[in-house]
Amino acid sequence: MKLSDNAEEILEALWIAVEESKLSALDPEGTGIALDDPAYRELTERALIEIRGGMVYFRPEGRDEGRMTIRRHRLAERLMMDVLNIRGEDGDYKACQFEHLLNEGVDVKICTMLNHPTTCPHGNPIPPGECCHQARADGDLGVVPLTEFKSGQEGEIAYIQTDDNKKMQKLMAMGVLPGNRIILTQAYPSYIFKVGYSEFAIDSNLAREIFVRK
Amino acid sequence: MATCCSDGSENLKSVTGAKKLALVGNPNVGKSVLFNVLTGSYVTVSNYPGTSVEVSRGNAVIHGQAWQVIDTPGMYSIHTITEEERVAREILLHETPDIVLHVLDARNLERMLAMTLQLIEANLPVILIVNIMDEADRMGLTIDLKLLEQRLGIPVIGAATARKRGLDEIRAAISSYDSQPNGSRCFPYNRLLEHDISEVTGLMAGEYLLSHRSLAVLLLQQDEEITELVRHREGEGYAVLAEKVREKAFERRESFHLDLSLQRNSAVKKIIDGVFVPPEKRVITLSERLSNWSVRPLTGIPMLLVVLYFGLYKFVGEFGAGTVVDLLEKQLFVERINPWMVTVVKGLIPWEIIQELFVGEYGIITLGIRYAVGIILPIVATFFIFFSFLEDTGYFPRLALLVDRLFKHFGLTGRAVIPMVLGFGCDTMATMVTRTLETVRERIIATLLLALAIPCSAQLGVIIALLAKAPGALAVWSVFLLLIFILVGFLAARIMPGEAPMFYMELPPMRLPQLSNVLTKTYTRMQWYFLEILPLFVIASVLLWLGKITGFFATAVSAMTPVMASIGLPKEAAVAFIFGFFRRDYGAAGLYDLQTQGLLDARQLTVAAVTLTLFIPCVAQFLVMKKERGWKVAGAIGLFVSLLAFGSGYVLNQFLLLTGLL
Repeated sequence: MKLSDNAEEILEALWIAVEESKLSALDPEGTGIALDDPAYRELTERALIEIRGGMVYFRPEGRDEGRMTIRRHRLAERLMMDVLNIRGEDGDYKACQFEHLLNEGVDVKICTMLNHPTTCPHGNPIPPGECCHQARADGDLGVVPLTEFKSGQEGEIAYIQTDDNKKMQKLMAMGVLPGNRIILTQAYPSYIFKVGYSEFAIDSNLAREIFVRK
Repeated sequence: MATCCSDGSENLKSVTGAKKLALVGNPNVGKSVLFNVLTGSYVTVSNYPGTSVEVSRGNAVIHGQAWQVIDTPGMYSIHTITEEERVAREILLHETPDIVLHVLDARNLERMLAMTLQLIEANLPVILIVNIMDEADRMGLTIDLKLLEQRLGIPVIGAATARKRGLDEIRAAISSYDSQPNGSRCFPYNRLLEHDISEVTGLMAGEYLLSHRSLAVLLLQQDEEITELVRHREGEGYAVLAEKVREKAFERRESFHLDLSLQRNSAVKKIIDGVFVPPEKRVITLSERLSNWSVRPLTGIPMLLVVLYFGLYKFVGEFGAGTVVDLLEKQLFVERINPWMVTVVKGLIPWEIIQELFVGEYGIITLGIRYAVGIILPIVATFFIFFSFLEDTGYFPRLALLVDRLFKHFGLTGRAVIPMVLGFGCDTMATMVTRTLETVRERIIATLLLALAIPCSAQLGVIIALLAKAPGALAVWSVFLLLIFILVGFLAARIMPGEAPMFYMELPPMRLPQLSNVLTKTYTRMQWYFLEILPLFVIASVLLWLGKITGFFATAVSAMTPVMASIGLPKEAAVAFIFGFFRRDYGAAGLYDLQTQGLLDARQLTVAAVTLTLFIPCVAQFLVMKKERGWKVAGAIGLFVSLLAFGSGYVLNQFLLLTGLL
């Protein structure tokens, strides 16, 4: 069963206190959720936390749950900023609401779409999930701009992201079409790539707008 | 769907005279080579995308029928983006060619066939030439032309025009072409797109040279020129049509261009399945290796230096400007022709004034022809040989990508390397070539830098010969010019409004140039150059002579004396600057004479050389600037350059006086 929103907030706060601030427990004072909130009982009943002397402690299962909760929160932040372009406090607020939806596999999808990010927009680490380990083990770069390819690397064009229509048409005329194979042969001083039997040189501004997957 | 292409528009034939044959296709696929072979005339051919920036026309007789052959600049698609593409499409839109030869590169059949489909869709009478078959063979590619012909429903011919392969077949196909559009194939899009297209074509009533279907697609692509054409042609019905197009374009605003390209690409994939068979293993040729070396900074920069050392310094500098000039100017003109001409003219014409016109100080023969033939010709000829050779190897696009990062600081892209290098040969020609640059901003900056800081080969040769005698002068001159180039480029990039340019370039394969093509190309360039400059030299001689006998010249010289004095030069130097109005090299050659007379010391020589190099471009270059950029820009650049030239002369003179460097 899914935890209540408040319960997730408590887990996050506890995880930050224990894992990142290296405290042994969380003082409920700082969370803004008073000790008599039903969320605490919910968590205690599930054997995720215990409360001793007015302080909140993890139980072993709770630590994992907390890790995943904080992961969802920070993925939501990334999503707000990178994809939806909502920044600042508004972004943080939206992320707080959004994170609660990221369960039952949605987090894996978002994480893959964002190409397994390792830090949130505030620079805090995002605990890796199963999908991140898998991707690393497979050496799967996911969808990246051409600028991230190493010379000699071959891949498939995933999409072109540009606001400039003419640029898009120019690229397409050059054979840069989603689905075509592309080999990056050189990355400095200009990007050189091959599509089919043609070779092209482009600058980094254009290279940044071609997204490829391995 | 078999009838979807044959909607309306008829091919209106030109009734009288020769039939028209238009050559179209991507850049650098060999259209101009074919043009030259068919017409027996010569347009410049090179291994560089975008060599042809203008339409060339020539006549040919093929199997007894007279044809007008039209060579067009390269285009990637019927939907045009750049200026040259627009120029090329004009031919298709307004000239009713009887046959359109679509030339493409066999190796890139998949990419380039998309345009063939567009041409067929437009209901144009297309013959497809699959060119560069020789290189495709070498790479182990096999192409089933018969099958391709079957699938496309148009004549398809394999060729290697540069190797004279397939020419007879092309001629035969042209003369036996059945101009009746015999139900040429149509390549349907998906249902949704077909629906949108038919809604648009349903509202079109006008008669056009291109099919309604093709125009509808272009309208949906928001092609401005086509929109204008249709608006004009449709008259009252246009409002409804425009509304429909707006509606459809808005619905598909997210990805119309992409969808269209993908659909065309998938149509092409179906067509080439079984037609285009790549080799099991990709063959890496020597030229590919060479290409790889030339684009890596670590090997590319040494390669560039080697090219510059042997090409420019040894061949153009030492051989052209040294050995050959010495031979022609000193041994031929000064020692033989001039004394002989002087005797001949003096014997024929008794009046001293007329004698002066031909063999005097500024005489047409003793000065004009001597400069043009003895000094300028060998330098420019060797430069053009060097440039043409390099151009045909396919080295320039590689150089362009190597310098792109650097050029971005000047508001240019690597693409500008061609006009810049060509400028060292002839600034006038280079200014013309600036039109291949993408944005107006780039063109203006390139024009400015060419006018200001790039000395042409003739001038370069004379100035180097001049300064070589004063140690240190050459160094000061080069460093100062380089500084000006960087400074003005840097400032121009910051001051000029406009978007930052982007760089993209197709890299043609490296090839060993064909000697005959290099020589022909050099020859035509020389011819152009000579026809352009020789009259100027003669006119200059006449004007100078006129100026001298009327006393105007003396007035002009004394008028310029204060200017000369302010930059520390003797008044005689004014002559060189007056020469400079006609041609910068002419002016430089004028300095050469001053120096031989011992009128200039090292400092004065350097200041004069710098000022003259920066000074106003020759009359011809100015005229081309006006033609390409318009009066306002050309005038502004001219004024700026003149002020900066003398300003820099002043500053440099003060600096040299102060430091006593020279």
